[in-house]
Amino acid sequence: MSTIQMPVPDAGIIAQKPQIVAALQAVLPADAVISDPAETRAYECDALTAYRCPPLAVVLPRTTEEVAAAMRICHDMGVPVVPRGAGTSLAGGALPTADSVVIATLRLREVLEIDTSNRFVRVQTGVTNLSVSGELAPLGFFYAPDPSSQLACTIAGNIAMNSGGAHCLKYGVTTNNLLGVRMVLASGEIVEIGGPLPGAAGLDLLGLICGSEGQLGIVTEATLRILPRPEGARPMLIGFDSAEVAGECVARIIRSGLLPVAIEYMDDVCLRAVEGFARAGYPDCAAVLIVEVEGSEAEIAEQTERIRAIAAALHPVEFRSSRNDDESLAIWKGRKSAFGAMGRLGDYLCLDGTVPVSKLPFTLRRIGELSREHGLEVANVFHAGDGNMHPLILFDANKPGDLERAEAFGRDILRLCVEVGGCLTGEHGVGIEKRDLMSAQYGPDDMAIQMEVKSALDPRWLLNPAKVFPLDASQPWREGTAR
Amino acid sequence: MMAPASEAELAALVADHHGRAAPLWLAGGGTRLRLPQAAALSTRALSGVVTYEPGELTLIARAGTPVAEIEALLASQGQALAFEPMDHRAILGTTGAPTVGGVVAANVSGPRRVLAGACRDHLLGVRFVDGRGRVIRNGGRVMKNVTGMDLGRLVAGSFGTLAVLTEVALKTLPLPEAQETLAFPGLDAAQAVALFSAALATPFEVSGAAFHAGTAWLRIEGLAAQVAYRRARLTALLRDHTPEVLDAAASRALWQGLRDVAHFAGEGALWRILVKPTDAPATAAALARLGGNASLDWGGGLIWYRGPGEPAQVRQAAGAGLAMLLRPSGDAPPLFPAEPPGVAAISAALRRTFDPAGILNPGLMEG
Ligand SMILES: Cc1cc2nc3c(=O)[nH]c(=O)nc-3n(C[C@H](O)[C@H](O)[C@H](O)COP(=O)(O)OP(=O)(O)OC[C@H]3O[C@@H](n4cnc5c(N)ncnc54)[C@H](O)[C@@H]3O)c2cc1C
Repeated sequence: MSTIQMPVPDAGIIAQKPQIVAALQAVLPADAVISDPAETRAYECDALTAYRCPPLAVVLPRTTEEVAAAMRICHDMGVPVVPRGAGTSLAGGALPTADSVVIATLRLREVLEIDTSNRFVRVQTGVTNLSVSGELAPLGFFYAPDPSSQLACTIAGNIAMNSGGAHCLKYGVTTNNLLGVRMVLASGEIVEIGGPLPGAAGLDLLGLICGSEGQLGIVTEATLRILPRPEGARPMLIGFDSAEVAGECVARIIRSGLLPVAIEYMDDVCLRAVEGFARAGYPDCAAVLIVEVEGSEAEIAEQTERIRAIAAALHPVEFRSSRNDDESLAIWKGRKSAFGAMGRLGDYLCLDGTVPVSKLPFTLRRIGELSREHGLEVANVFHAGDGNMHPLILFDANKPGDLERAEAFGRDILRLCVEVGGCLTGEHGVGIEKRDLMSAQYGPDDMAIQMEVKSALDPRWLLNPAKVFPLDASQPWREGTAR
Repeated sequence: MMAPASEAELAALVADHHGRAAPLWLAGGGTRLRLPQAAALSTRALSGVVTYEPGELTLIARAGTPVAEIEALLASQGQALAFEPMDHRAILGTTGAPTVGGVVAANVSGPRRVLAGACRDHLLGVRFVDGRGRVIRNGGRVMKNVTGMDLGRLVAGSFGTLAVLTEVALKTLPLPEAQETLAFPGLDAAQAVALFSAALATPFEVSGAAFHAGTAWLRIEGLAAQVAYRRARLTALLRDHTPEVLDAAASRALWQGLRDVAHFAGEGALWRILVKPTDAPATAAALARLGGNASLDWGGGLIWYRGPGEPAQVRQAAGAGLAMLLRPSGDAPPLFPAEPPGVAAISAALRRTFDPAGILNPGLMEG
């Protein structure tokens, strides 16, 4: 059995299932309410597949008003609600409980307004991340945050998790590109926050909502900042025979005053897996960096030359810069297939801690030691420019006890990230996965005020139960006995 | 004025005021508000850079650290705060030294916001004392962090109505190697905003787009060769106009003045109005009918208006925009725009959460 506990579901609510479903059906189109256990199974987990639990029912609204109607019923009947986008969360952020109704926004798929003069787009949040940039491409614009899951994940999930991507070193994460939301509160009330203006009348509520993991409301529409597409982009590949030196190279590039759009890192375990899978022609060495720069041909050439000089001083085993689109694809090919390649080696847990860039070499060394202590192999592939690590812990799901060992190893790595001055999660969110580790990063008061903020917007704690906050610390809040 | 020398001392002081429901008026360097001195609390004694790691683009400083000290330190390593915070002393006629805590508390951002984002976009973490006197940490010092609720961004821009910031972690960025500015004289506001929209739709990373007294300016930055290339491309694209080119020194001086709104220094009601950029010409025209002058920044998204318009008239002229009376005539406090009712209810609930006794800058942000 896996190690993350969930609260005991409320038998009273489960017993009321027929009434709850009937109430939802009374206000929603017939195909928008799913209650047959054979069908609700499809929503029993997100991408953290080790944890599964079918919900009481699933609601698939097509409008904000339908979301609000469903939310109001759940609120009035005291039923917990799990907001859901595409279900690609790696943190169990969209994991249902047996006594909850899932409200999924994935049928809200309209692009409502594209305004290139004021540089924003307004969408319903069920659109996928990639389709937003797809809509904008003919106009010469794009939406910057680009999680690797962008083909599937939705803007709703991106906002809830404050998702990042490979290019956020230059362009920032979701919170830096979000201008406004339309949101359904726990009570069912609809509010509009922000919009195309460069600022708010009062408090920066958007900053709070972005990354709040479905704890404060269900976001149904979003106004997003859009950017003109760069003239071009080219990656280069730099191989080193030591992880330390690769880490030093990252710091020197950043200090030099250049700002590449991406600096990605892959270690030897990952490189070997990728070679066996994608044959990307990467060097067999301790660490590879992929650095991408943007601009016109001349700008790219100048930046590439400067980075080549920085790398040369550190004696790389290989330096390869792309001269054309085919070579660019070849350089990115291994990195893009890294997760698939690792999947072929077996099951893996994907972690997401961030450390200060100067602590990368030390952290990598410590992870290697922990790997030996726990007797499990780990591969490292991550966004090095901002210190956002993704250690992949390999294990065998069919071997009893292996998942638990992998989870224990993972917890040690995340505690290590916090110890060296970093944090538990850089982009995947806390969900259930890191919930009980929150106390490693935050003291009791730091956490209490976050729970008080949750209570201010969701006094009955109905939204996305058992996520983000440790179960013990949140118990009085969830049970309504706090303060 | 109270100026505690440590975070613990400050926390005890706030806890005491919380217990007595006694108001506190917060200041950093005192460049923004004219405060009732007896109940004024300054963070200026919580001063000093805690950590600066140029290779990580990270700065941690205590709230009372003067911005000038930080800017000098960063410049010594070829870096800067990319959001180029404005200095309010010229328009408010105040003395004192702007502090980094004040910058974050008011989310102060300058012209480069069109490219680099606002102060809050560069905020990595905070320490603050809430209205009960609890010391709270949120965020951290790393570039990517989604651990728990983002209270830092909520406190940024809350003008001291939620908490007293004691320490901030900010992202620093390399100073551009070269810069110049294209000046387009003889335009009206509509032509200027059309020019801005065209220029900001290019990949040439225009880092300033402002308009005043018939001249529109575009700032270009980057590596030396990049600036020359970008100038050529932009000039070709905007060939209906013939710009004058300002070199780096002239460009720097110009943008410092625009940043600090030096052209509206002195007396008279001064408004800061946020609009959708393409609404700026109509709003500027409506303001002109009230008398006075307007200038534009952020590609049209920010209007500065100095004139005799009464608050109700200015708000009507602003339409869907948000008008803040930053410099009232006389000694009155600034006047914030009102939040829509649903949003105001959320803000009120959050204020009760952070500051149950309502002691921190009470009523300041009420529109
Ligand atoms: C292969 C793979 C690669 C990935 N790569 C990245 C990456 O590079 N960067 C990155 O940041 N993440 C990455 N992720 C994680 C994941 O894709 C993101 O967290 C994504 O934003 C989730 O979007 P979703 O639509 O799938 O949301 P879901 O998984 O459905 O939900 C995510 C969270 O959002 C909440 N939520 C969903 N909809 C709403 C709503 N309408 N209102 C309020 N809350 C809501 C849910 O309750 C849940 O807590 C990756 C995942 C996978 C499987």
